[in-house]
Amino acid sequence: MLLLRLILLNAFRHRLRAVLTIVGVAVALTAFGLLRTVLDAWHAGVEASSANRLVTRNAVSLTQPLPFAYKGRIRQVTGVDIVAAGGWFGGIYLDEKNFFPNFVVEADDFFKLYPELIVSSEEQKAFLSDRKAAIIGRKLAERFHWRIGDTVTLRGTIYPGQWPMTIRAIYKGARPDTDETVLYFHYGYLDETMKKRAPTRAGQAGFFMIGIRDATRAAEISKDIDALFRNSQAETLTETERAFQLGFVAMSEAILLAITAVSYVVIAIILAVAANTMAMSARERLGEFAVLKTLGFGAPALAGMLLAESLLLALAGTALAMAVLPPLAKGFAVGLAQYFPIFFVSPTTIMLQAAFGLAVGVLAAAVPAWRVSAVRIADAFRRIG
Amino acid sequence: MDRPLIEISHLSKSYRRGDQVIPVLSDITFDIAAGEFLALIGPSGSGKSTLLNCIAGIDSLDAGSITVAGTDIATLSESELAVWRSRHVGFIFQFYNLIPVLTALENVELPLLLTSLSAAARRDHALAALAAVGLSDRTDHKPNQLSGGQQQRVAIARAIVTDPDIIVADEPTGDLDRVSAADVMALLRRLNADLGKTIVMVTHDHKAAEAAHLVRELDKGELRVAP
Repeated sequence: MLLLRLILLNAFRHRLRAVLTIVGVAVALTAFGLLRTVLDAWHAGVEASSANRLVTRNAVSLTQPLPFAYKGRIRQVTGVDIVAAGGWFGGIYLDEKNFFPNFVVEADDFFKLYPELIVSSEEQKAFLSDRKAAIIGRKLAERFHWRIGDTVTLRGTIYPGQWPMTIRAIYKGARPDTDETVLYFHYGYLDETMKKRAPTRAGQAGFFMIGIRDATRAAEISKDIDALFRNSQAETLTETERAFQLGFVAMSEAILLAITAVSYVVIAIILAVAANTMAMSARERLGEFAVLKTLGFGAPALAGMLLAESLLLALAGTALAMAVLPPLAKGFAVGLAQYFPIFFVSPTTIMLQAAFGLAVGVLAAAVPAWRVSAVRIADAFRRIG
Repeated sequence: MDRPLIEISHLSKSYRRGDQVIPVLSDITFDIAAGEFLALIGPSGSGKSTLLNCIAGIDSLDAGSITVAGTDIATLSESELAVWRSRHVGFIFQFYNLIPVLTALENVELPLLLTSLSAAARRDHALAALAAVGLSDRTDHKPNQLSGGQQQRVAIARAIVTDPDIIVADEPTGDLDRVSAADVMALLRRLNADLGKTIVMVTHDHKAAEAAHLVRELDKGELRVAP
């Protein structure tokens, strides 16, 4: 008890310095947590992907379409369960600043492929039975205060013209990383309209979403699908949904690397600050450590005391950061909803915060603890007079 | 005849300052009997504090040996010396060297953390030691709430709380006024006379040295019996 009291009193002997160190650790670990959460948000699509889903797209570029007729041939490949055509619509609601992702899908199979989109059977039925219907995510509905029955008109950028549609369903995500900011509407609506407006662009799909029965056969099935269309006018590239999503992430790799680097630099800076605090504390109390050594406290005991003081400060800062991060991230999530639809603190981030807090505590004390335990009593007394 | 408690034989010690070797103690040989009260005097730089540190096992020897109650402490490792000090030596410093964040009682209790005593027993021992130095009413005071003389008495309580064989005191009155210094010397005399503690004291103060049974003078690292 006395030893614990001594450690506690020594840790907070210079209150301002101790508090500033704790706040410094807390700010650094909170910044680290936020940056990690931004990285997680970037990877949210990857994490939300299913091992049982493949995506087939044009081998040249994602912007090049594929003939819709491929669907039937893909369906015949052994191991393929479901195939749904889809595409990026890229429509704008009123103004470009109102950006949200919007896709066309073959709705029947789409719901089978994406069971994580939770929608009531009534709304699902309403959506499926109306060719000009749309289904939107809960967060998108909240953002624009849209309700079931509202008519929304998107201005086409890839597919010119005005595209009015009626909201028939609002889905919820089954998991926290399910994107609830997307609008989906019927592929049939797009295709039939394009037949009238620009017939050469009808009968095309942006990509095919494929459900497979056995995830372990994904590579083999992908190869089989691409083999079907080798040497055709539109060769395909089939990959897992995860790889497909990673392709998008890779486009921002330099930014992500920079954010990752900054998150670790923040930790390195706070480690230097905490190490300086402990070094100052040990240097100021060299005489006291010499006295304790004189009384019979061994080098491991002295090193242990300094380590405990360092851990106390670092872990207090860590606890503060762990308490502050989730509500702060929630605030960011609201402000950045347009850019990061999935923005929440993952358990891994919390664990990393704790691990780095612990590491800062241990490493900050390492050199001072070694110096204190190695100091010769007579030398210390001579130095302090 | 009883064997002396402390036997110092051909002790030599020097310090290095850059390339220079500065001899501090040269071929010191003498014994200290159990229950002795010895004062080491001498001018600054004569090596008296170094000799005291060697006897107390907090400084190493270049040559020779120091045997305390049959143990040659020069052969002990750093960790063995720490254990030996905690059991056999009580320390009194010129500037008290109390831990400023702890109360008088906690400062006295500190050396007992290295024993197997229970918390209650440690507290009882510390209270008894503070009572022995007349500070029962200052147990909860921090060092900065005590006078110099009181702080030195707390330091003396800390030195005796483990019931060591030897008490080493380095200029125990060096930072005290005359009245406080006389109180501290009276206390040391009492510890020696009543409890039979062997005391080795370094001092500049001839008045303090008068309290000792035996005074030895160090001059340029060599020992002689003081007149």
